[in-house]
Amino acid sequence: MTDVTASRPLSERTQLIRKNLRRRHMSETIFRALGLLAIIVALGFVALLFADILRKGVPAFTQSNLHLTATFDPEIIDVGPPPGRIAGQSEAEFRAASLKWQREVAMLNWNKVVEASLRALAPAGYEIAAKDLLTIPETDARHRLREMFVADPSLLGQTVKVDVLASANADNWIKGNIDRSLPDSQQQLKAPARALIDQFVSNGTISMGFAWSLLTNVDSRAAPASSGLLGALVGSLYMMLIVIVLAVPIGVAAAIYLEEFAPKSRLTDFIEVNINNLAAVPSIVFGLLGAAVFINYMHLPISAPLVGGLVLTLMTLPTIIIATRGALLGVSPALRQAALGMGASKTQMVFHHVLPVTFPSILTATIIGVAHALGETAPLLLIGMKAFVASVPATPLDQATALPVQIYLWQGNENRNFFESHTAAAIMVLLVLMIALNGIAIFLRSRLERRA
Amino acid sequence: MDTLTGNTRVTQSPDVTSTPVELSKRTTRLTARDVTVHYGSKQALHGISIDIPDRAVTSFIGPSGCGKSTFLRCINRMNDTIEGAKVGGTIKLDGEDIYDPSLDVVELRARIGMVFQKPNPFPKSIYDNVAYGPRIHGLARSRAEMDEIVHSSLRKAGLWQEVKDRLAEPGTGLSGGQQQRLCIARAIAVSPEVILMDEPCSALDPIATAIIEELIDELRENYTIVIVTHSMQQAARVSQKTAFFHLGNLVEEGNTSDIFTNPRNKQTQDYITGRIG
Repeated sequence: MTDVTASRPLSERTQLIRKNLRRRHMSETIFRALGLLAIIVALGFVALLFADILRKGVPAFTQSNLHLTATFDPEIIDVGPPPGRIAGQSEAEFRAASLKWQREVAMLNWNKVVEASLRALAPAGYEIAAKDLLTIPETDARHRLREMFVADPSLLGQTVKVDVLASANADNWIKGNIDRSLPDSQQQLKAPARALIDQFVSNGTISMGFAWSLLTNVDSRAAPASSGLLGALVGSLYMMLIVIVLAVPIGVAAAIYLEEFAPKSRLTDFIEVNINNLAAVPSIVFGLLGAAVFINYMHLPISAPLVGGLVLTLMTLPTIIIATRGALLGVSPALRQAALGMGASKTQMVFHHVLPVTFPSILTATIIGVAHALGETAPLLLIGMKAFVASVPATPLDQATALPVQIYLWQGNENRNFFESHTAAAIMVLLVLMIALNGIAIFLRSRLERRA
Repeated sequence: MDTLTGNTRVTQSPDVTSTPVELSKRTTRLTARDVTVHYGSKQALHGISIDIPDRAVTSFIGPSGCGKSTFLRCINRMNDTIEGAKVGGTIKLDGEDIYDPSLDVVELRARIGMVFQKPNPFPKSIYDNVAYGPRIHGLARSRAEMDEIVHSSLRKAGLWQEVKDRLAEPGTGLSGGQQQRLCIARAIAVSPEVILMDEPCSALDPIATAIIEELIDELRENYTIVIVTHSMQQAARVSQKTAFFHLGNLVEEGNTSDIFTNPRNKQTQDYITGRIG
């Protein structure tokens, strides 16, 4: 059998199509290449960012600890025994006596205890001034010892092992965050202290451990090595809760009303345009609004997570409304007709049929909106949340800071060598929270969609 | 496109094989007088007047866009849900004006059920699909009573044998024909007086269509059924009364046998013999 197709000349039309086809394939190849390039560039930047944050942040999760053997020397701790209960004494009198004793304890020079225990660890006859010696442990070491003693006055005269943090400067020296070849005048620590630290490291008196303080302590200026994120974490948590409690129901309800119940009129069109515009308003403007309305007019406390949460709620509302309306719009008319045809009222149609179908999308939009609010900094600066707060807020009305603001504060801290890694570590904590929230969104979405 | 005739043009009027019923002896369930519908500035129906007999199948036929579905949707006020739709004239169910402002549309739709063109079961279990209507209208007083309603509705819809072991499975997992029978079961679960069907077989294959048509014929015993269909064969097979719509007008209505064998109007004759459509 002869090959018919091969011998037949191509028709003019086929030739024309072929010529065009080559051009079409060419443009497709170019578009594919451009798309691939865009992805590579974008991923490259993300990888660069993550690599940089990890490189800087990971060291902050290890911290140098100083293993002291402290003696509660009765000569330094020159204080009587804590007041016992005297018969016939009222509760208030007893408490006053206890407080008086605690004040006396606080007035003692606990640095002497620290100094003595450090000297005991140093080689015999090592020459170092007391002032320089005390630059090795973090300044909160003396508080640790005092608190131990107040909690257990029977320690008097005893020798106990106690771990304290090495100072931020010592930590820098050990980790090599500071150039070791710099002359004495430019070093934070005196030469004898530096040499002693190196000795301590080699004989195990100073060892590296996981920096739990980063997660369990509040911010601190006096004792930078002990500064942690707990206050900011709790502040952010309060704000997230407020956003969830306020923005989600208000946003979803507003979207349902606008999409399902509101009559189409010029007013609803106007509202719709404005909601879309609000989503594009810079977040700092919401901060100004919050400062003017919530603080100046309503006299809510400054720097409080409550105000922060309200501002972030305002900021998140348009996002949630727009996403929910989009989800409602996507529900097929067949489902609505089925419900109405069965004699369901409009409310029943929405709550029995439309909302369950759109629930996964609304949930995802909400979680991403909340994650966005969690990372927002600018509006919080304007309502005073950039203040240095060294306590964990007990209620949303207490002064607090937030994670992104803590990053901003640490980034500007004068002890650059030490806080550079702390800043990156805080960014890592924030990113982990973000990724966790987004992960939850993806997980819930896929689960709910499978069930539907 | 009509699934039964395919693309072939009918040149003869179809044979009427539906069960004959002495319509003159039947009471009138629904009466429509001068019904007009406007979608915005466009008029879709021009003064439709028709009587729908009790416990019989009335079919609306006519070419696409003739207004037959629009009129059907007036009967349970589904047009209310369309933005810009305006209905004029009167429609009475047992002498009661259904467009009376004092009448609750929710109650009306419980009395006049509807089956749509595309099967649209709820994305819920088979059981919940059927139980939904009785549940929202509070028709079952106990769990057992609800079970009874669901089972008997599925039986009446001829679906019971196929689904009795998987009532908890989603209704959307059934085949197209089964889904449509589920929608019929859902509609009859609230024991409506009238069932409206808007081209119920247009998305189904011939076998599923035949099953639904059989079902319609059985349901006729207890319900007043109005069916919109593109297929004249279907109208001839299932209905006792036929109304022919064209360009928003009701051209001719009467006993199905009369319409198909002896149409009075030229347009009707042209349509049923396949010359227009």
